[in-house]
Amino acid sequence: MRVTRRQAFGLGLGATALILAGPATLPAVAKKAETADDAVKAFTGGAEAKSGKISLTTPEIAENGNTVPVAFEVESPMTAEDHVQEVLVLADGNPRPGVATFHFSELSGEAAASTRIRLAKTQNVVVVAKMSNGSYYMDKRLVKVTIGGCGG
Amino acid sequence: MATGLFSSTAAKLVAAAGLAALAASATAVLAGPNDNKLVVDGKEYVTKLPGPEGGPLKTIYSGWNFRNEATQAMQLDDFDNPGFVNVETGEQLWSAVDGEAGKSCASCHNDASESMKGVRAQMPKWNEKAGKPLALEQVVNACRETNMKAKPWKWESNEMLSMTAFIGSHSRGMPVNVKTDGPMKEWWQKGKDIYYKQVGQLDMSCAGCHEQNFGNMIRADHLSQGHINGFPLYRSKWQKLGSAHRRFKGCMKNIRATPYKVGGDEFVALELYVASRGQGLSVETPAVRN
Amino acid sequence: MAKVKPRVKVPRSAKAGEVVTIKTLINHKMESGFRKDKKGELIPRKIINKFTAEFNGKKVFAADVAPAVSANPYFQFKVKVPESGTFKFTWVDDDGTTYTQEKKIKVGG
Repeated sequence: MRVTRRQAFGLGLGATALILAGPATLPAVAKKAETADDAVKAFTGGAEAKSGKISLTTPEIAENGNTVPVAFEVESPMTAEDHVQEVLVLADGNPRPGVATFHFSELSGEAAASTRIRLAKTQNVVVVAKMSNGSYYMDKRLVKVTIGGCGG
Repeated sequence: MATGLFSSTAAKLVAAAGLAALAASATAVLAGPNDNKLVVDGKEYVTKLPGPEGGPLKTIYSGWNFRNEATQAMQLDDFDNPGFVNVETGEQLWSAVDGEAGKSCASCHNDASESMKGVRAQMPKWNEKAGKPLALEQVVNACRETNMKAKPWKWESNEMLSMTAFIGSHSRGMPVNVKTDGPMKEWWQKGKDIYYKQVGQLDMSCAGCHEQNFGNMIRADHLSQGHINGFPLYRSKWQKLGSAHRRFKGCMKNIRATPYKVGGDEFVALELYVASRGQGLSVETPAVRN
Repeated sequence: MAKVKPRVKVPRSAKAGEVVTIKTLINHKMESGFRKDKKGELIPRKIINKFTAEFNGKKVFAADVAPAVSANPYFQFKVKVPESGTFKFTWVDDDGTTYTQEKKIKVGG
């Protein structure tokens, strides 16, 4: 049988409707996909991540999503009593949001680090800091990723 | 105070450029090359110079000036430049004995920082024995086969890229200076013909983008003048080092043309011609691009 | 694949209690596990999944790493150095291999 464009379009719509109507039929893997929000909640144990203290630096435009420099710095005296324990880095538009978790201690002197990450498309980079007193701070930046050119 | 490690790098870059306005320029629509200066270890590189009179380019710009600060930052410090992993590998290969003759590069050429100084800047160069100009890769392999009795390396292999990056690093900061006269003239002309010939399903030539439209955006990309003074270079897209011929091949695929053979006469001729368009630019090997 | 070679940059000397900047880079493909080969089959994940920095035997910095970290993982961070000593840096590969590098720093004044 020949399938016309119109018929094919109808089939596609039908399939979409099926998915919308029946989330229970979605493959398990789709259900498990963790979002950046889920990852933040898992990291903070549900506690609120406030803004402030942590600052994230990213380029506003990444010329290639394969190598995007990111850096963060957290305000903290970094003493045994009061320091940054961990910083979670997420990319909310990647197939998996997790990028890295950095571990600090009072021996770090300063809670600052930079790395280079992969971004599949334009999206937010999110950083969440866990302080030794159990509080959480967050910062977020949009990075535009240019895709589809020839890079020359 | 700096807000982060990356931003302090960015601040340095801006300071080096002497243009505070650049800090905010990342969001602006890119138009034309930027004027950021390439300074590594206190040494300034020539990335911009007046083009020769009667030539096609009024001002010659290195590909460096067409990249944004984030990409540029990776080339400002040799440690941050991932291409230097290959330079270090190349340094080890330089003195590694290979082949039936029981020799290494160092057996004949001794200290590369002396013997290889300026070599990259003159490539491709006329080779009397071959009766044609040779690219650096071909010179390395000729040496391996004839003098070391070793197997030639593949053009795009890690060994070859490491060796050409290492040899090239000894010409860093020296001006590109290829010969285009004498027996080279015919090859230069052949390269020029390829440069201006419209090919492929999109019917485009090198000149269509890199001479007539440099500085403009092609889809999401900022077109450079297509100089090759930084090759082999680390490209984010490749996530590794690559040769000028690999770049030519990629460009030809982008315009839906059948690429010439990597290491073939056409690409050597094109390499010679493209190098000649950037005479005077500093060798940046291994540069970093997107 | 190219031989894996860790690179680190640590200042040779510092003042007691100074916070120094450390840079590390290791050449590694960081195969994400999401890419497919020419036959359409998934290429197995192979990444550096952990990085640690110790100073005189004490852990001072670490990173748990996902495939979203770029090829040739690069980390820059800070450490407070109270005394002379040795840094030990360790990268852990998915295949269980560990790569290490050590650097000494002289602390005076």
